[in-house]
Order: sequence, then C-alpha cells, then structure tokens
Amino acid sequence: MLLLHCPWCGPRDEPEFVCGGQSHMVRPEPWHAVDEATWGHYLFTRDNPKGVHLERWHHAHGCRQWFNVARHTVTHEILAIYRMDEPVPNAVAGARA
Amino acid sequence: MKRYNAWNLLWQGLTGHRGWEPAWRSPAPKPRYDVIIIGGGGHGLACAYYLAKVHGITNVAVLERGWLGGGNTGRNTTIVRSNYYYPQSAALYDFSLRLFEGLSKELNYNVMFSQRGVMNVLHTRHDMEAGQRWVGAMNLNGIDAFMLTTEQVKQRIPLLNTAKDARYPVLGGFVQPRGGTARHDAVAWGYARAASALGVDVLQNCEVTGFKRSTEGRVIGVETNLGTIGADKVGMAVAGHSTVIAKLAGFRLPVSSYALQAFVSEPLKPVMDTVMTSFATGMYFSQSDKGGLVIGGGLDHYLSYAQRGNTPLLRHVIGAVADQLPSLGRVHLLRHWAGIVDVVHDSSPILGETPMPGLYINCGWGTGGFKGIPVGGWMLAHHIATGRAHDIAAPFALSRFSSGALIDEAAASGIAH
Repeated sequence: MLLLHCPWCGPRDEPEFVCGGQSHMVRPEPWHAVDEATWGHYLFTRDNPKGVHLERWHHAHGCRQWFNVARHTVTHEILAIYRMDEPVPNAVAGARA
Repeated sequence: MKRYNAWNLLWQGLTGHRGWEPAWRSPAPKPRYDVIIIGGGGHGLACAYYLAKVHGITNVAVLERGWLGGGNTGRNTTIVRSNYYYPQSAALYDFSLRLFEGLSKELNYNVMFSQRGVMNVLHTRHDMEAGQRWVGAMNLNGIDAFMLTTEQVKQRIPLLNTAKDARYPVLGGFVQPRGGTARHDAVAWGYARAASALGVDVLQNCEVTGFKRSTEGRVIGVETNLGTIGADKVGMAVAGHSTVIAKLAGFRLPVSSYALQAFVSEPLKPVMDTVMTSFATGMYFSQSDKGGLVIGGGLDHYLSYAQRGNTPLLRHVIGAVADQLPSLGRVHLLRHWAGIVDVVHDSSPILGETPMPGLYINCGWGTGGFKGIPVGGWMLAHHIATGRAHDIAAPFALSRFSSGALIDEAAASGIAH
C-alpha cells in the first residue's frame, strides 16, 4: 500500500488515487513536420525505467487534483511530490541521471 | 538424454534412483554461438528448442540472469486458451494451444496439460451481449466456444453463488472447452531439457550487460558477467525487462512494466474442475492438482519492477472470491506474489525485428504470456532461422505502432486489464 502525500489534502492511502502515467510529455510540433515514427512514439512509447520514474497521479476520491510524483519502480519509494506547474526537483533529476 | 518412461522409472525404482542424470547440461559459455537467446523463461527456451528441432540450428545458447523459469514463467496462473476476438490473435493463440496439446509427448516431459475448459461468467445484460459477440467472433475464427445458461454454469461451478439477489447475479456464461491449465515449471524445464539434449547450451546466472556491434551497427555479440560472447544473431524474450534490454541496444519500445499478482490457497479437496473468470470483478481461478486454488485478478496500475503485489488489489480479488463463492470465504491463502508483465497499448505481443539489425524480439504478451510460450518460441525461431516473419507472426511486428495497424485485444481478453 502506498502512502501518497497529496499537496492539498496531505497523506492519504493509495486506493484514493489513480496513476495517470508519465509526466512532462511534450507533443511533437509542428504537426505537418511530424513523421509517423515520431508520432507513433508520442502515442505509444512511454518511459519505463527500472529506477526513478516521474509520473502523474490524480486524487480521484479526494480533491480531484493532479500532481507529480517521483517514485522508484523497484522499491516504490516516493522521492518527491510536486505540483503540475513545478519543474522536476533538482535532487530527483540527479537521482535519474 | 535419459528418456522418462515407465520402464526407466521401474528400473530406477529397483536400483535406488541412483541412475538419473541432470535434466540439462550446465556448460561454460563458448566464445561464440550462431544464435544467442536472452531470457531463460518459457519463450526463450522454446525458441532455442525449435531452432534446434525445426531448423537444425544447434549452436545456440540461452542466457538467463537468474534461474530457469524464475520470472513470469513461474509466476503465472497457468491458463492456456485461444478465445480471442481478432482473426490474427485467434490464429496465433490457437497455434500455441495446438502445440500444447502435443507438448508432453514432443518434449518427453509431462507438462500436465489439462483441457478442463475456460469459462467466462457473465453478470449483466450487457455482459451477455458482449459474450454473444465474442463467441460469434471466436466461432468465425474457428475457435471452439459457446454460450452457457445459468444452470449450465452452476453445474460446472457448484460453489458459485447464482442466486437472483447475489451481489453479482449470474445470467450466463461462455466456455472454450479446449482451454485449460498446464504446469508452468514443467513447460520451462521440459523445453530446457529437450533443447539441451539437442546441443543447446543453457547458461544460468548469466546476465547481459551490453551489446557488441559491428561498424554498421549490426549485433555481433553480447557482454555478460561471464565475459563477451559472440553471436551471428540474437533473440530477446525478457518480458517485463524488455525496455531495459532495448535501452542497452539503443532503442525504445512501447512497453510498460506492471506487477500482476497471483495467489494460491491452502490445498483443498477437489471443488473446482474448470477455470472460471468473472466479467464483473476480473477475478479468475482454478484448482491445481495439488488442491490449491490458483487465483488471479487485475494489474497494479502503476509501473513496477517489484515482484510482489500490493494490498489494495489483493483485497479486491480476495473479496470477489469470498463474495462470488461464499463457501471459500474462510479458506486461507498460502502464497502471494507478482510477475512483471510487459504491457503494450493493444494487448498483443510484439514479434520480429528490432531497430538493431540481427536482434529479434518476442515481448509484449502482457498478462497472458504463459499460454503463448510454444507459439512465441516457434515464431521467434522461425524469424531468426529464415530471416523473415512467419505468416502468423507478421501482423505482430513492432512497426504496427507507427503504421497504426494495431490488433486491439485490450477488451477482448475477457479480463479487466
């Protein structure tokens, strides 16, 4: 069971949340110059590290806000939780490198 | 290879069982092989066996980081079926089911394939309509499947609560009679033993840490903890670790790794002689020959490489068992674990070439890889040996994620993931 600290509601149990997958995705632009391989990757290929993953979570059965989580995919340790409009914390960026 | 048969068993019994040999050889790696297979699970071992048996390529090594069948091959719920929706999938999975039907004899190893039927239980009018649609599609694909009434479901699963006021009333079901279960470890061990007898080197505790490539970028070998091993061609069948290996080769895959849990109860007297899946709860279970109930459910829906499950999903699945089969409510669980499954967007496997020339892939089976072991091995071997995809495997190429020709079995697998 994960214990997630919602930035608005505080610590809550995992069943209140839904994981929305990879954070910080950027749509390839401009649309008329995007080839099929690039578009296919944008649609279907996601980061899948054995290590620290940056992902979005939704407090579906709470405040219904989205936020970012940096979580280790082997230990499930949560390294950082930050708001949607915040950049990746430096400590987490270092751990991913 | 000392054959397993009644005469040898009798003779060994009379002589104190001192004459058995190890099931497979454990040689030191050669400096070079014609083909290296990364991953000593069912798919990798099956590929090595069919390379040797069907294509006569015996200078082959299977590299396994841990022990044989210690990943998803030993962590699944052992169900074999081919009740898929699309013709491409039906052709693929039924090829596998037909290989399973002859596998014990083929490998001289009892894989305990038991065609006890795989039953889907339907709980609402919409489930019934969906069931009829799927059965119709399966019949058009030449797969044996038919609808069942509530009484017929109850006849096969007397434990099931089919009362009208049940939380999940049973309106009917459908069944694939040729589906069933097999012993998962035996599939891995049987392929390993048969491949080893044909000259394949099975190397355990051998982890791939990198690729050697020619100046043109073609793979010419792998780096391992046992040193560099050369190869003309390399196949990879590493399931949940596919993106990790792909990263070593310098490309990305549309694969996400999730934990899929399974549970086994204490042994019981026979109470269940088929496989049941509930559309409403995603819970499915069967009873092993040892008597344990083998229970599964949905995914933990966030990326994970931890081979253990999480409690919210355990609670959901076990709650479904207790609710739908009330007499099992007091049965104890003995074990609980997870396998790391390689989920792709359309829930269909990825078979064939990769962006690295000479490296071939078999992955993306997601939550249903065990049933695909014979066909996955067969198709990977065919592609490596002949240089082109088998007709059945061709639609499952990696290129479908840029062409858009997906084979979207996401909903049709009958399980809620």
